[in-house]
Amino acid sequence: MSEDTEASVRAEVRAWLDANWDPNTGLVEWRNILADSGWGMPTWPSEWYGKGMSSTLGTAVEEEFQAIGAIGVARAGIRMLAAATLLEHGSQMHKEKFLRRILTGEDTWCQLFSEPGSGSDLAGASTRADLKDGKWIINGQKVWTTSAHHAQYGLLLARTDWDLPKHKGLTYFVLDMEQPGVQVQPLRQMNGHASFNQVFFTDAEIAPEFMVEGLGDGWKIATTTLMHERRGADGLRRWAMGTDRPERAYAEERAELATAMAPYKWYPQRMGRIDLVVERARTTGKLDDPTVRQEIAKLLTLAKSAEWTARRARAAQVLGRNQGPEGSIGKLAASHVARLANHVHTLISGADAMLTGADSPMEGVIAEILVSTPAISIAGGTDEIQRNIIAERVLGMPKEPRNDTDRPFRDVPRNLIR
Amino acid sequence: MSFSFTDEQAEFRSVLRRFLAEKSPTTEVRRLMATEAGFDQEVWRQLSQDLGLTALHIPEDYGGQGFGFVELAIALEEMGRALLCAPYFSSIVLAATAIMNAGDEAQKRALLPAIAAGDTRAALAFTEDNGRWDAAGVALTATPHDGGYQLDGAKSFVLDGHTANLLVVLARRPGSAGDAGLSFFTLPGDAKGLTRRLLQSTDDTRKLARLEFRGVSAELLGDEGGAAAPLSRTLDQAAACLANEMVGGAELLREQALDYAMMRMQFGRAIASFQTLKHKAADMLIDVELAKSAAYYAAAAADADGDDELAAMASLAKAGAAEAYMQTAIHAIQIHGGIGFTWDNDTHLWFKRAKSSEVFLGDPGYHRELMMQRWQDGEPGA
Repeated sequence: MSEDTEASVRAEVRAWLDANWDPNTGLVEWRNILADSGWGMPTWPSEWYGKGMSSTLGTAVEEEFQAIGAIGVARAGIRMLAAATLLEHGSQMHKEKFLRRILTGEDTWCQLFSEPGSGSDLAGASTRADLKDGKWIINGQKVWTTSAHHAQYGLLLARTDWDLPKHKGLTYFVLDMEQPGVQVQPLRQMNGHASFNQVFFTDAEIAPEFMVEGLGDGWKIATTTLMHERRGADGLRRWAMGTDRPERAYAEERAELATAMAPYKWYPQRMGRIDLVVERARTTGKLDDPTVRQEIAKLLTLAKSAEWTARRARAAQVLGRNQGPEGSIGKLAASHVARLANHVHTLISGADAMLTGADSPMEGVIAEILVSTPAISIAGGTDEIQRNIIAERVLGMPKEPRNDTDRPFRDVPRNLIR
Repeated sequence: MSFSFTDEQAEFRSVLRRFLAEKSPTTEVRRLMATEAGFDQEVWRQLSQDLGLTALHIPEDYGGQGFGFVELAIALEEMGRALLCAPYFSSIVLAATAIMNAGDEAQKRALLPAIAAGDTRAALAFTEDNGRWDAAGVALTATPHDGGYQLDGAKSFVLDGHTANLLVVLARRPGSAGDAGLSFFTLPGDAKGLTRRLLQSTDDTRKLARLEFRGVSAELLGDEGGAAAPLSRTLDQAAACLANEMVGGAELLREQALDYAMMRMQFGRAIASFQTLKHKAADMLIDVELAKSAAYYAAAAADADGDDELAAMASLAKAGAAEAYMQTAIHAIQIHGGIGFTWDNDTHLWFKRAKSSEVFLGDPGYHRELMMQRWQDGEPGA
């Protein structure tokens, strides 16, 4: 395998697709063929549906699939995070039971990490798992859970020991979502969408063999999941495609994507839609207003500078150079851009900024920007956490003294409820 | 468009950084800023003749090294970092570039080699008492006289105008207005009828002069009446260069403020461990890195052939760098606390450079408006 060149791999996958790809096959049937062949996940090990290839060769395979419009394995949603985590930390039984059905798209997964009482401080999770009569009994609440309403399984971070310091008392489980002790409720956001859920556990059950690795290994494994989540942060775009071709496999993929992508319809708006600014200002006549022109120019300066900073970071990466600080500031810069864009869209829209829906500019798109940008400075690590990360990891500034890591978790102060 | 420097460019930067660390420590900056000339002849000789910095972006045909604005911008970033006191921006960035843009072949061959060698220190005199940074604000007149021209009027805010031995002056045909009737002229710094006075400037590291012309004989540079376009291009290129000079200074301030916060103990811990300082430091890093990206992009745009996005990009970079530099300087003084407000502490030297840079060649509001006017066919730099 290691001697494969990119050209020979490309030739091989083309020949294999020639012989096997048929868009009239059912989606699950086709993905089972992919799983058996190893071409669906070429970078995975050959004993688990892969071919043990480098990521460069994996990208080449992916490009060959795209070139002829061949559908790949299911990637949408949390399932790839589940797959990557189980591949690294799961038991033989976990891999046998779950991996194939993740790739075929038969199972949907969700990530049960965040809680109302532990957002930025994820290791402060207080959903509890207690061993009773040979079963783990789960009680507590999770939040911001994408796909929970149609997921078969969840990746659960739960506290199994309250006498150990916070990071050490957590254990990682696979939870069967389809059981009476699990209630899922949509969580309505300030922009009216309900992209996420709250999940309540009342004596939900997990058999002991669905613990991932050992007791107290939860934080370590969650870190793996989060690392894959960050790596795949720009993956949204890749699996948001789909075609309107008529064959069976395409139609089934379309339905799958429609479900998976539904929560993300407003995501472009939360970034601030810089692309609309100049045209909107022209339409409203505000492009001639000197004050508005200044604000537009500030926004464009910020947005272009952020884009070029990202390109500097990428260029350094491509050259194999140590990334400078420019690689760590993208998320925070995106927050600034979104916030300023919100301000500029408000200036441009004037009184119309008070309206929404059909009565408002662009059928509500502008209104959606105005009430969606706060999300960007919270989701995936708040601006404040990002600043801490930059200060500590990039600038080498000392951590603040903590009073939660040196004592039993049960003695750590929790939210004050009056 | 490349988003990284080559190994050669990186090496050039580190050579320069070592040279400037040795030649321009703040003790030297403080010594030179107190002098009227504002620079050291020997350091000027070394950076011209030993390092060839004065020849960087001047074409080889005219005695230069034939590098581009990207290399020039590296030099400026390092000079801004070291707060070098030298007539480099005036002679190389402004005057030499103006001659390259406006002069005819014979004039370029006559004027540029001595500037490239550092023997001639030139200055570009275009602003007047009204403080306008565009060509249309020029009132100084050039009247045909004895087959040549005579200049009458005044120039102000002329960078190193009091020490330059060659002046490039923007003047207008009597009775003309706006961009029409403008021409460049050259004359020696000691020309008859010319009075030069050093202005008291807040930023002592940037020497500004006021020049009065009474019937001063001058030679036409380039086309009579055709100076508006080459001036505009020169100012775009200079704005891109100034943006790079500014991000060099801003980065140095950011680093020094961080060092101070790591060293300074209060309430039993380094003040760098307080979240409010960490967040400020992270914000400073973002301000400086974003401004650097724009400054680098503008320098690369100045070298790009064809589709010219320099005009909008230079203004974008100038506005961005000016705000980042000033904001960084404000934060840097705040992080130093009381000592940051003292004369003995060096922070104010860069604070004042940030202030003069904010305004020089046009403030951020001015450049944002220019950028909007130049925004053609949607998004520049896409």
